[in-house]
Amino acid sequence: MSLTPRSYWQQTRRLTIALLLLWFSVTFVAAFNARSLGFTFLGWPFPFYMAAQGSLLVYLLIVFGFARLQHRRDIAFGVSDPQDD
Amino acid sequence: MPSARQLRAYYGWFTAGFLCFVLLLGVGERLGLPRVLIGYTFLFATIGLYAGIGIMSRTTDLAEYYVAGRRVPAFFNGMATGADWMSAASFIGLAGSLYLLGFDGLAFVLGWTGGFCLVALLIAPYLRKFGQFTIPDFIGARYGGDLARAIAMVAVLMCSFIYVVAQIYGVGLITTHLTNVDFSYGVFLGLAGILVCSFLGGMRAVTWTQVAQCIILLVAFLIPVAWLGLQYTGSPVPQLAYGSVLERLAVREGELARDPQELAVRSVYLAKAAAANEQIAHLPESWQEGQGAARKAVDELKARHAPLSELRAAERSLAHYPATPEEARRQWQQQASDYAARGAPLMPHAEPFWSGAADPQLAEHERSTKRRNFLALVFCLMAGTAGLPHVLMRSYTTPTVHQARQSVFWALVFILLLYVSAPALAVLVKYDVYTQVVGKHYSDMPAWVAAWSRIDPSFLRMEDVNRDGIVQLAELQMGPDIVVLAMPEIAGLPYVITGLVAAGGLAAALSTADGLLLTIANALSHDLYFKMINRTATAARRVTMAKVLLLVVALVAAFVTLMRPGSIVSLVGLAFSLAAASLFPALVLGVFWRRANKWGAIAGMLTGFGVCAYYIATRYPFFQSRLGLAPEDWAPWFGIEPISAGVFAVPLGVVAIVIGSLLTAEPGPESDRFVDFVRMPAPRTGIKGESPRNR
Repeated sequence: MSLTPRSYWQQTRRLTIALLLLWFSVTFVAAFNARSLGFTFLGWPFPFYMAAQGSLLVYLLIVFGFARLQHRRDIAFGVSDPQDD
Repeated sequence: MPSARQLRAYYGWFTAGFLCFVLLLGVGERLGLPRVLIGYTFLFATIGLYAGIGIMSRTTDLAEYYVAGRRVPAFFNGMATGADWMSAASFIGLAGSLYLLGFDGLAFVLGWTGGFCLVALLIAPYLRKFGQFTIPDFIGARYGGDLARAIAMVAVLMCSFIYVVAQIYGVGLITTHLTNVDFSYGVFLGLAGILVCSFLGGMRAVTWTQVAQCIILLVAFLIPVAWLGLQYTGSPVPQLAYGSVLERLAVREGELARDPQELAVRSVYLAKAAAANEQIAHLPESWQEGQGAARKAVDELKARHAPLSELRAAERSLAHYPATPEEARRQWQQQASDYAARGAPLMPHAEPFWSGAADPQLAEHERSTKRRNFLALVFCLMAGTAGLPHVLMRSYTTPTVHQARQSVFWALVFILLLYVSAPALAVLVKYDVYTQVVGKHYSDMPAWVAAWSRIDPSFLRMEDVNRDGIVQLAELQMGPDIVVLAMPEIAGLPYVITGLVAAGGLAAALSTADGLLLTIANALSHDLYFKMINRTATAARRVTMAKVLLLVVALVAAFVTLMRPGSIVSLVGLAFSLAAASLFPALVLGVFWRRANKWGAIAGMLTGFGVCAYYIATRYPFFQSRLGLAPEDWAPWFGIEPISAGVFAVPLGVVAIVIGSLLTAEPGPESDRFVDFVRMPAPRTGIKGESPRNR
């Protein structure tokens, strides 16, 4: 693995796209199919649960995961800020 | 500045102190402290607190004033962002909208939280690395030239100003509600609270005030929700347990949908709607007949010396009779649609994209239109979140890029506390109303119903249409704001909690107004004055300029608010589409597409803004009637509501950036350096075992 700014950016972009896909599917794919996903989930109608809570928790995970993984990458590439170490 | 640990201790003590303060007031209430006094105490104690923080954080240093010295730790920056974000609309309006709209209202919940994914992934880290002062700064530096900066600045001013007027309006309403002072006093009192803070200490004071406001507003929302949850789910965390209430609610909805009296009331409304439509069909004769009949009624009453009250009522209805057939058409159409809505079948709360139409083809059409609008609205709110400058500004205030990313996470944590609770609250209150109010006798209403319908009929209105003495659901009309404002009384909590909820709403409105005013004044003082008019201004002069402009903007906003522009408040949703269309594409492509250049960005911002403004102006009823456009000739594209104009404007804006950039010369080396600079979180400091040459 080369530690150039170019590969840093490629990896960052790859992670960004992957997380955006996850974001897209819990938001738009789930809402688009809301009427056909009418099963019960933990006592909730599934689409209602997703829109009121489930998707929100996934958003939280996405933002958390991005901060975590990017920080690791920063350290691996030697581009983290000394204040964060 | 104190360390993060000290800050945690301060705010920990602050939270404990605030809870004690509420508890003490509660004891005072038991001992006979009058309600008005409790209201005043909440109002002055909280505003005094914000002013105190403002005075302690006063500054004349440029970096402190604009970006709080870039020293705000991620956790506290997240809290401040949360308070910045959670406005009067989130705190008071959201749960009510969810009550009225059911599943479809969840578009707001998804949009206003999922937008933070876009902020975190696409914008915040790069804005922080760039590390200047405003959003037009970023556009100006990336694309070069004052034109791009100026366009971005106008976009910032437009969306923020609409938004800030709505917040100040909210401040006025809540202070009036809390203390019964006049609306205009309420506005200026709130304004004083905002100004003491931002005028003295700029971003630094606003940050530390917002942290306190975030705590107050969350406490104020979560306490009554927990109490209500304890009653209906047996758990103080109804956010986890309200699934069972939702199930019971669905059963109750089924009963009500089949109830014969319920159906009778609905058919009365449908008949009224049909009568109104009949009248519209026979315009203008029906208008003349109606006017004649109203006149005749007055004359007859006069002739037989009827009681004064009857005569007055008849005279009033004559005076309010539409002046022209055109006005009659508008009034009656409104009536017809109101009645039709009240006569429509009961909407199941949890069902997505529900349609009450009996004809299966029509129902399918309605459902797919609703689904399209749901998706479009979610998209616009999300992209708007990632384009609204007062939120993005907060990325500048953290010490490092990593902390800017973490700060978005913390912001979302605090925002979710409110946004996960609001749907729960809506379900709990709905279940309460459907079981404790509906089906009960008119003389046997819970105390809060009588109290709130007395305050203002727009909160709650009931009318025994079928004269059976029992409240039918269709006879009950509720405004959205009552769900949160009356929540403590519905839960049977003492008045002190009602005061607490109002103080929470005030905190939400003030914190957002603070952030917005600062954004507007900074755009004017930094981008317009310093970057375009006087590039040699000293730091001291720039801060003075910023403070003067802040004062001017605040007064203008208050002046506009005092004209009571109810219509502007309803325009807030449009600010999201505007921000999404004009700023979001230029910001994101500025980082992710090297080839994007000045002309592309200018074309993109103008296209996005233009398409959005055009669609809103020609499709939004408020503008339609002012521009004299007939709604029939200006049907919405694909049935998309004007609030979601961004769903057309954002993609067109992106296309315009791409085409504009490809048609003109490649951006110069300066822009390349800019892109390289913002993409890396910090300069290379080296890794163990690596030779310096490879660095």
